Amino acid sequence: MSTPFYVSPQQAMADRAEYARKGIARGRSVVVLTYADGIAFVAENTSRALHKVSEIYDKIAFAAVGRYNEFENLRIGGVRYADLRGYSYDRADVTARGLANVYAQTLGTIFSSVGEKPYEVELIVAEVGRTTDDDQIYRLTPDGSVVDEQNSVVVGGNADSIGNYLGQRHRPGMGLAEALSLAVESLARDPNGGTPRALTPEQLEVAVLDRARPQQRKFKRVLGSQLARLLAGDEAAADAESDEELPDAPAGAQAPAVPEESEESAEQE
Amino acid sequence: MEANTRGTGRLPAAFLTPGSSSFIEFLAEHSPDLLPGRRALPAGLTIEAPHGTTIVSAVFDGGVVIAGDRRATMGNVIAQRDIEKVFPADEYSAVGIAGTAGLAVEMVRLFQLELEHYEKIEGAVLSLEGKANRLTTMIRGNLGMAMQGLAVVPMFAGYDLDLGRGRIFTYDVTGGRSEERGFAATGSGSVFARGSLKKLYRSDLTGDQAAMLVVQALYDAADDDSATGGPDLARGIFPIVSLITEEGFRRLSEDEVSEIAISITNQRRHQPDGPQAPLL
Repeated sequence: MSTPFYVSPQQAMADRAEYARKGIARGRSVVVLTYADGIAFVAENTSRALHKVSEIYDKIAFAAVGRYNEFENLRIGGVRYADLRGYSYDRADVTARGLANVYAQTLGTIFSSVGEKPYEVELIVAEVGRTTDDDQIYRLTPDGSVVDEQNSVVVGGNADSIGNYLGQRHRPGMGLAEALSLAVESLARDPNGGTPRALTPEQLEVAVLDRARPQQRKFKRVLGSQLARLLAGDEAAADAESDEELPDAPAGAQAPAVPEESEESAEQE
Repeated sequence: MEANTRGTGRLPAAFLTPGSSSFIEFLAEHSPDLLPGRRALPAGLTIEAPHGTTIVSAVFDGGVVIAGDRRATMGNVIAQRDIEKVFPADEYSAVGIAGTAGLAVEMVRLFQLELEHYEKIEGAVLSLEGKANRLTTMIRGNLGMAMQGLAVVPMFAGYDLDLGRGRIFTYDVTGGRSEERGFAATGSGSVFARGSLKKLYRSDLTGDQAAMLVVQALYDAADDDSATGGPDLARGIFPIVSLITEEGFRRLSEDEVSEIAISITNQRRHQPDGPQAPLL
């Protein structure tokens, strides 16, 4: 009978963290940043059906990178948690902090449980408040740590270099068009200093938590021509309710995005 | 390790189990005590509770209007003068409730959440038929209570985005669902309201006319049914009128409804039985 190797707890945890980190670094990044009227989410995602950014509750949204089945599972768990809480107490009692705590406990338990493989995901839970000062953004790592982020945050591959670039240029109170252009510009950068890639609206998944939205549910996807106009710097497009937009409409229900050849230059500067 | 998998604060397994997009099914599995239909009354016992009364609805060109009076009664007593019985179910549909007020309001809350939950999980909106069927299931779950006098009889109205028109569904206590043509009424004053709608309804109504029509019908119901409340000018309590069109759900403001109700009241001073339809 062979004796199992002794592995120190430090080594075991470091290995697990390394495993999760590698899984996350393979994927493309998601940028979350505040703007004057709320919080914007920008992800590089060509799929119209598999979302990286989703609605959780009235003022709370979720963004994730890493392994799709794992974060999708956590997203559904979060929606169930929020809806159950809102149903048994009140809608006002569902908070991003509570949700971040539950995610942290779940991720942390899975991370340190010998029988399970750690989740290769990094999550962002954000809640839009009444004013810019009340906005909350939490970042959750696979080991269950919660980081309370201010203003802007990036997760996924190249998160550090994109985050640095973004952090230096982001300022509170930006308009939506300006904030989205900055997010896209950050995502398009080459970490090795080469020429930035060109990202078209079709390659992006963009959503906002808009505190100015009259509805109870503040989450809104920014799609098609509205997105193209915003990325071209048209600040007025922020107020236009794009006609192809439902609160969280499926890919099939949306009018196909209109590609506008001349508009993609915004993020190339 | 055993203790680890049940780590404190971790989301219970039911939350992370893939499967149903239905919040009701999730509740049934995880916390069945929160479901309205799961509470049984002792057999043979009936209790008295506030009842909501009349809901009317009519289809017009480009949408549907649904309205309800504001009275809740308990036996011969007026339990509440300003109860709300018409609620948005989601962006494109609304539900009005007649029957036991407490259970009905709970049912509506759960129904709203059921639609929202599906929308968030699936990233798709249920079809109007799908929503109407979901409501059937919920009414059926309440059958035991209905047998003991705590019936809930909703009416469901919505704008069908696929067909591009407004539609109305009514239900009986067993959940039997039927789609209505043109107009519908439910609740204790429905007999009188339906008579009124029958004489006044035309298929080419505009939204404003349809709003006037339903308030007329509620006035007629209140005129003959003691459990239905008419416009209360002294207290400024008016029916709730909601329009659903391609643009979504819109509840008319207090001012808009009071204007309609006051013009109807003024007209009826000269003609107490309301507008007259031609004999032939």
